[in-house]
Order: sequence, then C-alpha cells, then structure tokens
Amino acid sequence: MTAADVTTALKEKFPQITDRPSLDWPAFDIAPADVLAGLKFLRDDGGYDMLADITAIDDGTDKSPRFTVVWHLLSTTTHNYVRVAAACANDAEPVMPSATGLWPAADWHERETYDMFGITFTGHPDLRRILMWDGYPYFPLRKEFPLAGIETELPDVEVAAETKAKVRPAPMMGGPFVTSSGEFGLGEAEPKAKDESWTERREKPE
Amino acid sequence: MVSANTELAYNSKIEGDVIVSRADAVINWIRTNSMWPMPMGLACCAIELMATAASRFDIARFGAEVMRFSPRQADVMIVAGTVTYKMASALRRIYDQMPDPKWVIAMGACASTGGMYRSYAVLQGVDRIVPVDVYVSGCPPRPEALLDALIKLQEKVRREPALTRLHTA
Repeated sequence: MTAADVTTALKEKFPQITDRPSLDWPAFDIAPADVLAGLKFLRDDGGYDMLADITAIDDGTDKSPRFTVVWHLLSTTTHNYVRVAAACANDAEPVMPSATGLWPAADWHERETYDMFGITFTGHPDLRRILMWDGYPYFPLRKEFPLAGIETELPDVEVAAETKAKVRPAPMMGGPFVTSSGEFGLGEAEPKAKDESWTERREKPE
Repeated sequence: MVSANTELAYNSKIEGDVIVSRADAVINWIRTNSMWPMPMGLACCAIELMATAASRFDIARFGAEVMRFSPRQADVMIVAGTVTYKMASALRRIYDQMPDPKWVIAMGACASTGGMYRSYAVLQGVDRIVPVDVYVSGCPPRPEALLDALIKLQEKVRREPALTRLHTA
C-alpha cells in the first residue's frame, strides 16, 4: 500500500483522526482512546512495522492540553515514516496507553518519556526512570525546569556523605551555548554563549 | 630521568654488587614504571584510551598496558568520559575500593570540568567527588596528550615522599 492509500484507509477506519501540520512525513492527531487501535492498524494493515521513536511535547503551563505524546513509525518495506500524535487528557497527571503490547521497543522509549515529562503509560511492565536516577524529584524536559538543573542530593547517600557533593546547577555563564548556523568559518559557527559580555570571573559591564 | 630523590653510590670494587640508594627513589621508581590503570572508560574518551593502549601509541612503553578492570589491582584511575550524577556514585565506590597508593587522571573535557554538557544530568568535573592529580584537556585528547599526562603523573610521583601515600583520604 502506498502512503496515500494508508492515509485514506486510516481515515475511513478512524473518522475522528485529523491531519497534523507536518513538513516531512504524513502526521495525524488521534484521540488517546483510539491510540492503540490506530497504531495496530498502521502496523498490521499499513505496513509500518517498526516503531522508530516515542516522545512527547510540553506546550507550557498556560496551554491546555499541555502534553502531547508522539509516535514515529517506519515502514521498512516502503521506507516511509508516519507520525501519530495524541494529546493527554489530564494536564496535571498525564496518562497514555502503552504500546509495549505492539512493539517491545516501546518499553525504553516510554520509560524515557516518563522520566523526562512525567507521562504515565498504563500497561507498561516496568515504568521507572531510565536516564535520571529513581528518586529524582523533577521531570527535566518540562518547560518550568531550568536547563542548568536544580540543586538536589546525590542519589547515593553514602557517597553524598563522604564527598559532601551535591547535584548543583551547572554554570551557565551568560546563557545556553548555541551554534549559529549558516556561518562558513568555524570561528563564527562554534557554539558560543548567547550573552558573551560576562563570565564567572568577569562581571557584567553596566 | 632526573629527579631530586635519586642518589646513587656505586663502586663495584668497594660495595661489590650492592647499589646504595634512597628508599624514596627506589619506591617511587617502582611505582612510576608499573602504574596499572583502572580504565574508567565512560564515553568517547575511552576510545582514545584504547587507542593509547594499542600498538601505534603504546602505553606499554610506560608500564601501563595492564588495564585492570578490577579496582583492587589498579594504581591509577583514568576517568575517560562524561560522568553523570547517576554514574558518580558508582565511580566514587570504585575509587574507594582501590588500594593506596592511588592516583586519578581526569581525561578529557567532560571528566575535568563537565565539558560541553552544562546540564542537569552531568557532574561538572570529576574532581567534585575524587581527588584528581592530572587533568588532560581535549575532546577527546589525542593519545599523545594522554601519554603526556601519564609522564607528568610519573614526574609527580617521583617528587613526592614515598611513605606518605600509605593512607590518603
């Protein structure tokens, strides 16, 4: 089936699906209740046999719905991607059904989405943090979490007592280091602080 | 190999086959020339560490080819790679399991200061949790730079009084 055939078949079976603005591959917005059925249809009938990624988008505390979970599927036969997005109903405690029944690869992707955003996946066999440690109190990719981090204790109590070290916010020193694209020389294109007027040793000029 | 601690008096007609030296010189010579690394290879710097141990750059010339992954048998811990806060606990525990005398080489930008990762998950420099003797800059440092660090560590070891290393923090 070509990608266009899959799109029409999908919209026939799930009439509430809407198109999502996308620059590269076909993308759809789907309701959370239809997510597993829609993904299963795409896997079995659409030929999208590989789950490439599961991630989420946080639109900020003043938008509702706040969290949107995004699945990227790949068809290894036709080399086409498709994107499926579903908005979580509850902003304070976002919940989404787990795709581990369809693809075992969803296991770690959903653990990462839980770790970074706090979205709970129902039906997941072992939902715990994967990148940060188990007792970490924050969800780092939420919009209110600063890039440098928040001061907490080290995960291991004995090591924390012995070294007296803490998880400290990283020195940001004038803003995140971003590269400027479109430059030709490496001297201009290298990652620089957004505000280079001050550093940790040199005060900001008035 | 000139250092302040070396004093040799050797006249075979008088002493026979006995070399008289200072204990510091002999002990430090033994320590420097067979410094077995504990490769804490966490990220990309580990690949350069492997390259240093391979045939072209050959860390075996300095007696350090015996990369012991058991901390109980190692002398120097080469922290090669990014140390996350999650890994920091394991790293400190492995450092504690190394017997004295022990040294630490912080290889690369991530181990020295946190490198390009100024973020919530990366320990900004392994010297927050273990005492570092030599820092190597680079991302990753060339194998020659790591060998230079090893040579600097050897010179540092030769300068210090040998018996104070029996109990370090």
